[in-house]
Amino acid sequence: MSRMLLIWRKSLNVVMLTLTGVAAFGVVAVLFLILGYLVWNGGKSLNLDFFTQLPKPVGETGGGMANAIVGSLKLLLLAALMGLPVGLMAGVYLAEFGGKTFSYVIRYTTDLLNGVPSIVIGIFAYSLAVLPVRHFSAVAGGVALGIMVIPITVRSTEEFLRAVPGSLREGAMALGASKWRTIATVVLPAAKGGIITGVLLALARVAGETAPLLFTAFSNRFWSPGWGQPIASLPVMIYTYAIAPYDDWHRQAWAAGLVLLALVLVANIGTRVVLSRGGGGRST
Amino acid sequence: MGATTHGNNATAARLAPQVVMSDKTSQASDKDALVRFEISDLNFYYGAKQAVFGLNLKIPKNRVTALIGPSGCGKSTFLRTLNRMNETIRNTRVVGQILLDGQDILQMDVVGLRRRVGMVFQRPNPFPKSIYENVAYGLRINGFQGRLDDLVEHSLRRAALWEEAKDYLHNSAFALSGGQQQRLCIARALAVDPEVLLLDEPCSALDPVTTAKIEELMFHLKDSCTMAIVTHNMQQAARASDFTAFMLDGKLIEHSETSKLFTTPTDPRTEAYITGRFG
Amino acid sequence: MSTSATTMDRAAPRRFDGGGPRAFLHRLGHGDEVAHVLTLTFAAGILLLTSGLVYELWVNSHLSRAKFGWLFFWTRTWDPIFDNFGAAPFIYGTLVTSIVSLVIAVPLGLAAAIFLSELAPRRMSDTISFLIDLLAAVPSVIYGLLGIFIVVPLMRTTVGPILIGSLGHVPVLGKFFKGPNYGVGFLTAGVVLAIMVVPFIISVSREVLLTVPREQREAALALGATRWEATWKVVVPWARTGILGSVFLALARALGETMAVTMVIGNDPKIAASLFAPGYTIAAVIANEFTEATGDLYLSALIELGLVLFLMTFILNGLARLLIVATERGGGHPS
Repeated sequence: MSRMLLIWRKSLNVVMLTLTGVAAFGVVAVLFLILGYLVWNGGKSLNLDFFTQLPKPVGETGGGMANAIVGSLKLLLLAALMGLPVGLMAGVYLAEFGGKTFSYVIRYTTDLLNGVPSIVIGIFAYSLAVLPVRHFSAVAGGVALGIMVIPITVRSTEEFLRAVPGSLREGAMALGASKWRTIATVVLPAAKGGIITGVLLALARVAGETAPLLFTAFSNRFWSPGWGQPIASLPVMIYTYAIAPYDDWHRQAWAAGLVLLALVLVANIGTRVVLSRGGGGRST
Repeated sequence: MGATTHGNNATAARLAPQVVMSDKTSQASDKDALVRFEISDLNFYYGAKQAVFGLNLKIPKNRVTALIGPSGCGKSTFLRTLNRMNETIRNTRVVGQILLDGQDILQMDVVGLRRRVGMVFQRPNPFPKSIYENVAYGLRINGFQGRLDDLVEHSLRRAALWEEAKDYLHNSAFALSGGQQQRLCIARALAVDPEVLLLDEPCSALDPVTTAKIEELMFHLKDSCTMAIVTHNMQQAARASDFTAFMLDGKLIEHSETSKLFTTPTDPRTEAYITGRFG
Repeated sequence: MSTSATTMDRAAPRRFDGGGPRAFLHRLGHGDEVAHVLTLTFAAGILLLTSGLVYELWVNSHLSRAKFGWLFFWTRTWDPIFDNFGAAPFIYGTLVTSIVSLVIAVPLGLAAAIFLSELAPRRMSDTISFLIDLLAAVPSVIYGLLGIFIVVPLMRTTVGPILIGSLGHVPVLGKFFKGPNYGVGFLTAGVVLAIMVVPFIISVSREVLLTVPREQREAALALGATRWEATWKVVVPWARTGILGSVFLALARALGETMAVTMVIGNDPKIAASLFAPGYTIAAVIANEFTEATGDLYLSALIELGLVLFLMTFILNGLARLLIVATERGGGHPS
């Protein structure tokens, strides 16, 4: 009887442990499935036209998404200009100046903002930048993405600044450096690699955002000169093309998906490899 | 530091019942030395916890004063009040008076104070910059106008690092060995030409050979600089200092010439400590 | 030794932390206070921004709140033509898709996390975690794209019929697996969401499991427990609060996820028991109808939906944070 029980326990052990392994590798397999499918379908549809041509009118085949690629870059630039200063400065505040209670409140609020669904950020950006002027614009899209950049930048900046050993701060202050000079000349340079990594990851994340752009930047089938007009972006184009009933659009959606995913993954892998090599400024 | 003074002071000490008031001792022991730091009635608190109690001490000019005592006795805390480094710790409080050349340091501009009173830390803490930039750092932030190269060389020479480092000035400071890094930190502190150099257990992370080098360095620096060194190592205090102060539980127990303190301590607690019965 | 003035001066304590106006001005001279105030302003900007977000949602949903009141949550009609708006189908769709996703993602994620923290060698564990983190970085519109072109056909032709054929006949459970199967619907959305949230469950749970002290495992093994028993009866219970936190985090993401769901749920404001029926979620209806909302009341109702979504995720994120913090402080074990 007890031998039966032992056999049962041992088999359960093997079965369950195997299942956990299957689960882990299964999830990783999904990643490769996604990659493989996108490379296969997107690769077939990707050509030079995709990067150089404007979208063709409905019904005509061919054309590209040059305007959406430039649009995404312009939106990212705006997001960086609006979000990064706030994120970086607030990160410096939390790591170097913050007191107890107020810092806690800021950290909590930052986490809260980070958890707000992107579509709700879209509504907020709409009421800030679209309602007053009554039209969609690149700037409104930049506001939406800029807000999303802030919480990610704050937390990574704080984290990397905290990783700078306190002895470096003491060393600088003992030489008569004031606090801000210590931060500017010793602490920030020491954490530089990590902070840049955090910024790149934040931008990579918002580069793929679609929902907050739907009613802020909207979309555009043509070039969007300046900053005050509706503007196309890769994620919104993927969405529009994927739900449309035309095969040629589906083809282009795959191509756009491949380009977007490549950008996002290259940014992620690149920065993480740099970080793990210790180039992240966590030098001792 | 000779045996002759030792003999005289032994008798003096026998006459004094308990030497706590530092002015008495230092007057008795070394009349020639001018006073650089005069600390009176110093109390220090971390929040509600008091770490230094009513401390009185004079640190003579161009001499090495060693602070010894068991861990947690407040010697590092005390050292760090001398350039107000404790201000970087939240919720700390100091009560008392610290005069540097007759001026109250608590009234001074802290940046100016720290330029005059340099510090070397327990673990070498070079900045993640080149050797050259490390030494030049203090000069740059203090707005030094002039030939940096000369001063960098001069400072590295004073720290006895020039010969080893002159060909690698623009390499990262992290490429240096631990002992070299510590000497770089000394060079960095010396570059701004401080009147006082505070050393907070500068050799605790170093091997004996490097330690000997740094002690020799301190001997040469005495001409231009007043030094106060916190050390765990009683042999080091005995070898490298002119005066020694023994602290216990935040209080100064005894302060006198090094040779005297180690041979004929007046307080039984000092004797217990230096003979290794506790701490 | 000193005059009475200095004695008085000496007695006055000097605080280093605050300092009063004089110390403030003094430090201003070195730019420290300028830097302090400057960074503080930006930090406070985050506070302002977040409260601005809540304020805008509240004010701009005023029309809808005034007209429908609490009924908004119970009404099942969504009729832009007659200006009659109820949130029930969207709340239902949001909850159902999120629950389906958790039913799939929690066991899968927990199992994978156990493998990574308890079994896999450190190097392998780190590599797999890295790949799983990449999965979390994939933009949601790409999940939607794959959902439309892979999951939907698969659901229509293979998985759906199998489930209807098997589970459809089981009492009680059966009613969730009946009815026409279009490929799009609650189940499809739930599956896509599960793939999207599983990386979060894995990475947070793995971190939490790794904080369980070695002694706990060793104690169980020394009593003759198998590896699995030690894990399941000792390690997992110890970390359960943190794991629950990761589930809440995942739930919050699932509730707010927009694009992938919009692309595969069918976008039909109905409440249906069948998981194969098309539905709608809060995020999806905002994404689809916000630009075409012509009337003020219509827009206001959509913004109120946004407010509801915000509150749901706000509460869940707060709870998740509390739970994870509690575990990391070592309070996660059964008390």
